[in-house]
Amino acid sequence: MNKKQKKLLIRIIVASVCVVLLMIFSKYISQWYIRLALYMIPYLVSGYDVLIKAFKGIINGQLFDENFLMTIATLGAIGVGIYQAVNGGDDDYLEAVAVMLLYQVGELFQSYAVGKSRKNISQLMDIRPDYANIEVDGQLERVDPDEVEIGSIIVVNPGEKIPLDGYIIEGSSTLNTSALTGESIPREVSVGTEVLSGCINMTGVLKIKTTKDFEESTASKILDLVENAASRKSKSENFISKFAHYYTPIVCFSALALAAIPPIVLAIIGNDPMVETWIYRACTFLVISCPCAVVISIPLSFFAGLGGASSQGVLIKGSNYLETLSKVKYVVFDKTGTITKGNFEVVDVHHNTISKEQILYYAAHVESPSSHPISQSLKRAYDKKIDIDIVSDIEEISGHGIKGKVGGVDVMAGNSKMMKMFGIQYMDCHHAGTIVHVAINGEYVGHIVISDEIKATSEEAVKSLKESGVKKTIMLTGDDERVAKEVASKVGIDEYHAGLLPADKVSMVEKIIGEKSEKDKLAFVGDGINDAPVLSRADIGIAMGAMGSDAAIEAADVVLMDDDPKKISKAIRISRKCIKIVYENIVFALGVKFICLVLGAIGIANLWVAVIADVGVMIIAVINAMRTLLVKKL
Amino acid sequence: MKKTYNIDVDCANCAEKMQEAAKKTPGVKDAVVSFMTLKMKVEFEDGVDENAVMEQVRKNCKKVESDCEIFLK
Repeated sequence: MNKKQKKLLIRIIVASVCVVLLMIFSKYISQWYIRLALYMIPYLVSGYDVLIKAFKGIINGQLFDENFLMTIATLGAIGVGIYQAVNGGDDDYLEAVAVMLLYQVGELFQSYAVGKSRKNISQLMDIRPDYANIEVDGQLERVDPDEVEIGSIIVVNPGEKIPLDGYIIEGSSTLNTSALTGESIPREVSVGTEVLSGCINMTGVLKIKTTKDFEESTASKILDLVENAASRKSKSENFISKFAHYYTPIVCFSALALAAIPPIVLAIIGNDPMVETWIYRACTFLVISCPCAVVISIPLSFFAGLGGASSQGVLIKGSNYLETLSKVKYVVFDKTGTITKGNFEVVDVHHNTISKEQILYYAAHVESPSSHPISQSLKRAYDKKIDIDIVSDIEEISGHGIKGKVGGVDVMAGNSKMMKMFGIQYMDCHHAGTIVHVAINGEYVGHIVISDEIKATSEEAVKSLKESGVKKTIMLTGDDERVAKEVASKVGIDEYHAGLLPADKVSMVEKIIGEKSEKDKLAFVGDGINDAPVLSRADIGIAMGAMGSDAAIEAADVVLMDDDPKKISKAIRISRKCIKIVYENIVFALGVKFICLVLGAIGIANLWVAVIADVGVMIIAVINAMRTLLVKKL
Repeated sequence: MKKTYNIDVDCANCAEKMQEAAKKTPGVKDAVVSFMTLKMKVEFEDGVDENAVMEQVRKNCKKVESDCEIFLK
């Protein structure tokens, strides 16, 4: 509890003790004004700040807030008490005091719960590094990570957080990445491995050369994203703030009408106007109408939802996206990097005139200047040192392949289009995968089959999407029909479109968006490489495996920190749970209020019921909102 | 030009009021208050003196919610 809360707690306790004493002894006090004066002690002790705020509000033209409601209601009730006492009836000030007291109990609870959840959520996102160790003259020195320049060498001891992004130049260790990815299995790292800030070094001492400054490091970026998320408000949040804007004045005028109209009507038709009864009912009305339960629980639910999701390695950029995510019925995947691993491997070499090794030798050499994933996989498969000096006259024909000279021999490596282009007779392959045909001196020598592995969890991921109510899963890929078909059927995807260029993917997504109904939302899942336009065109863009990829973090609305496709359905489930709780709270709080308002107006509910309804609903709504944090098992 | 300020306020409704007050202050293009993170994000109009604007924002916020605070760095 902070200082403010402690002070309020003490005031509540003192006022409660006074009230109990008064309840016991007030019958021995004969004069009503002494009783009134004594009851004013707990009233003012518990509620003086409410009165002051209401007064200040009136001066500044802020008429209709909770303080105003409470002040008018309690003063009104006291007034009714005085009126009855003067007329020789039973006076009761206890209700007014109790209303103020319980209102403050509610305020204290609310402020405590909100503070607690703030703390909980910031603990979930406990990746902010406090310091970095720099070696100065053989001595370790702690400095602010902000002051470390790019290219500095920092030392991270076991148990410490890695403060800045960089790569390891000395030492090996295991890293706990759970704060970043939600993944509990530690990651092995050694010299040369790139490491991200926010991970915790578990076993060995690491020396890291930094590649980014603090502002640009992963930990800062993520924290930034999470903090900004709360300021992108959802429709429900905007609805509630608009609602509160109109609701309170309406209630105040209704209360005024309730206090004035029935007595006037009664007087006109010649009955007893019962002024004090109707004023009392109007006060009850005001107390019930206090909007705090809804106003506090909605942002709290969203905040907890965002926090809970980030603890699972799912970063959602705003409550508005949380809302959209919950309505996702179509999931479109980009194949490479989401369903498949995106690391191409040579799986087979089909040769005729020369040996496997020779084909790989030529292919790897002619492709050596290229950074294309396919070229990389050829180099990996060759697994010997590549002699760049013997490679010359390289020409890359985009979308086809590469030709050039290797050790004086003309080498051509590319797809079937390339072979046709140069009029070389090639053999088709029955394997699904990317085929690299190789020709030497214009003569066909065989082909290399390269294929991309399907992720271990892809099938399960698609299944769990279906289980969580997704109508259709669609896969888009630039690969050929055969590869697409094989992957789609293995993983269980409903529909696939092959042979697409990046621009085709955008128009394909647009086409699907046009065909579905407005209510159902479409999510596009990509790995953040080359698919930024699609990510932003979809109703909601999900980038996965985004650790360290700035482009993906920029373009997407939802960022999955690791590359497990199962997180997609998890994200959808988290959002559904959150939205469900939001609606529960809206319906529950407004429902109870409405019922009580009616009961209050016709005189069934008294002030006690009113304040218990108000505070009780608030407490229940806040506790319900906190459930959004429990997302582990979803 | 956008800047983020730490704030202190007790209730969600009050935060909303601060946001409205900040938005209405001359020199402020847009303002968003997040009650949950206790932060106010202010987008200034071009060529205004941010500190002077923020002083005014603070004053206006105090008017609508006497119990609030904006921490100007």
